[in-house]
Amino acid sequence: MDVKTGYVAGRLAFRGVLCRISGISTAAHCHAVKKHSCETVFKFSQRSLYQTSTPGQHRWFCHNSTPGQHRWFCHTATPSQHRWFCHTSTPGPHVCIVGSGPAGFYTAQHILKNHKTARVDIYEKLPVPFGLVRFGVAPDHPEVKNVINTFTNTASNERCSFLGNVTVGRDVTVAELRQAYDAVIMSYGADADKEFGIPGEDLSGVYSARAFVGWYNGLPQDKHLAPMLDTDTAVVLGQGNVALDVARILLTPLSILKITDITDHAAAALETSQVKTVYIVGRRGPLQTAFTIKELREMTKLPDCRPLLDPADFAGLEDKVKSLQRPRKRLTELLIKTAQTGGATAQEAQRLAQATKEWGLKFLRSPLEILSSEDGSRVSGIRLGVNQLEGSDSSARAVPTGETEVLSCGLVLRSIGYKSEPIDDTVPFDSQKGVIPNEAGRVTGCKGLYCSGWVRRGPTGVILTTMTDGFETGKAVVDDLTTGILQPVGGVRGQEWIQPLLQKKGIQAVTFEDWNKIDSEEMMRGEKVGKPREKILDVKEMLQVAQS
Amino acid sequence: MAAAIRTKFPVLRRFSQVIFASFSSVSSKKCLHGFLSPFTCPSCQQNRLFRTSNGPLRHGDYEYQDPKSEDEIVNITYVQKDGERIPIRGKVGDNVMYLAHRYDIPIEGACEASLACCTCHVYVHDDYSDRIQEATEEEEDMLDMAPFLKESSRLSCQITLSKDLDGIEVTLPQATRNFYVDGHVPEPH
Repeated sequence: MDVKTGYVAGRLAFRGVLCRISGISTAAHCHAVKKHSCETVFKFSQRSLYQTSTPGQHRWFCHNSTPGQHRWFCHTATPSQHRWFCHTSTPGPHVCIVGSGPAGFYTAQHILKNHKTARVDIYEKLPVPFGLVRFGVAPDHPEVKNVINTFTNTASNERCSFLGNVTVGRDVTVAELRQAYDAVIMSYGADADKEFGIPGEDLSGVYSARAFVGWYNGLPQDKHLAPMLDTDTAVVLGQGNVALDVARILLTPLSILKITDITDHAAAALETSQVKTVYIVGRRGPLQTAFTIKELREMTKLPDCRPLLDPADFAGLEDKVKSLQRPRKRLTELLIKTAQTGGATAQEAQRLAQATKEWGLKFLRSPLEILSSEDGSRVSGIRLGVNQLEGSDSSARAVPTGETEVLSCGLVLRSIGYKSEPIDDTVPFDSQKGVIPNEAGRVTGCKGLYCSGWVRRGPTGVILTTMTDGFETGKAVVDDLTTGILQPVGGVRGQEWIQPLLQKKGIQAVTFEDWNKIDSEEMMRGEKVGKPREKILDVKEMLQVAQS
Repeated sequence: MAAAIRTKFPVLRRFSQVIFASFSSVSSKKCLHGFLSPFTCPSCQQNRLFRTSNGPLRHGDYEYQDPKSEDEIVNITYVQKDGERIPIRGKVGDNVMYLAHRYDIPIEGACEASLACCTCHVYVHDDYSDRIQEATEEEEDMLDMAPFLKESSRLSCQITLSKDLDGIEVTLPQATRNFYVDGHVPEPH
């Protein structure tokens, strides 16, 4: 018999009904509870729900109609936390997911919803879940992080477990996981970043945008980055959304940033930042930019900041715009409008004229060399090669003209994309494309092994793309389980098989219940300083809070 | 007419939507209770409504309430992957995305109606497209990211049912339909 316990944040698990209302509305409760238990076969009746005499505390029980199989009950100890227990003796296939970012969670969601007995264990290198939703999404985009609620709901499923602080490939091997699980899914994303391989890339003052993002978002490995912000000009190499994110963070007034969950050290450093101008440099033209319109529009609306766009870059584009596909068309129209007008209204014109900071897009420029200051202590500029385009659509190629120019700057952020790395030599990897070779999520030539998200498709796309991807891989797993391609092996399986291995190595796996403690602690620390949360930056400290 | 109904039924989600639309996404957002930020609002703090963000506070509880009278009912049909039509008796003020969640219709909603994703993309029947409030710039920006975009594309989280929309039909796009070719219908989250 498998016994699981966990904390479930009330509003998420019960659709906000149980934990908030004081008077009992039985119908609503039953509904909410039924919704929460999702795939289970529990039957609920009105009498199964009642309130304790202590205000703010609820207690309820439910029994399955078949006695002995399931027994499930819940009581709250504190108003905001529901403790629940689940006893079940139903065996089911064991599925393992490596990585707890959006790809991992969406894959888990699909499997849990479409397979009624599968158990899903999600492994994560860090003690905290959600991957790039926590460490990638910009702090001033809290609405994007709402998806955490969906993921928390998935994790709250009694057939889902989170095992944080476990590094697959070091603490446990993929081979061991494949022994313990009927299906293993790689969704560990793209941890490394692409480099130019040009002289000067290792100078002080040159950083990867990934590390810079990690630094302001509290990624433990990047907490000591301390980027040099004592310069008036920064250059971001690359024209994707990450490039715009880092440019925006460099230019956004601190009054806006300090009420976000940005790390304390980043807020402090940005407060004394001298950066006034940020150039965002791309090797191709305005029709080939990778950023999306929402991020560009934010740039145009940045307080105290004006755009530096050369109308010449957009000459002749107005005629072309009409024939473009809608997303590219609207994006280009916004670019042209931003370049041409010094503000549509007098008020806007005044705002732009008074701005003390500026951002600009430079097109058709490839970095050739990052230049060092005379004393060699830091970056002083960047030599750019001027390109011209061969072709005109999205696949147009940049071809050097031979002409070069120098752009002075004291900070360079390289933002030309992330890349995945092989996890283990037992898992095939296409190093050319930077992905695990697969067919519809099934790793080529490896029965029982799957992949989803960026490691499957490459590091591009919005949350919908990763959701689509996760669902597709989830469907492949469910299909293979239902058609018998995967034959679940009985006995001690899944995390019960892995846990002793971890214990032997002295690894403390962090459960989702533990994460909820870290989560509460972070929110409590944030509350004190007027932020939604103050992230814990140190893995050891995370583990301490988890153990408390 | 629609305005009159809105005045009569000051639905919270509509309210927060208006607030959200009027601020750029870098500015701070007011909470449901009128505080500048949910973090300074005692009510939000107490209920932990804001949990992970200071975005609009909408999580679909309202859609789980049954209509109180016949007057409130707004009929809506969701057209599924295989063309299957699912008629639902919604009510005035219901958000089309959250209503779909209640009835297990496979529409996601990653950003919880805060205009930061396009996972709830649907096509609105031509007869009704003019009766829905025009898409805001923010919604159009998000729709740009949606695959299989059409003239009739909308984000279902931005459609609030009113009497005017009685009989409305929304169709799920290919991209979210293909996942369920095996006939599974996922439960809402």
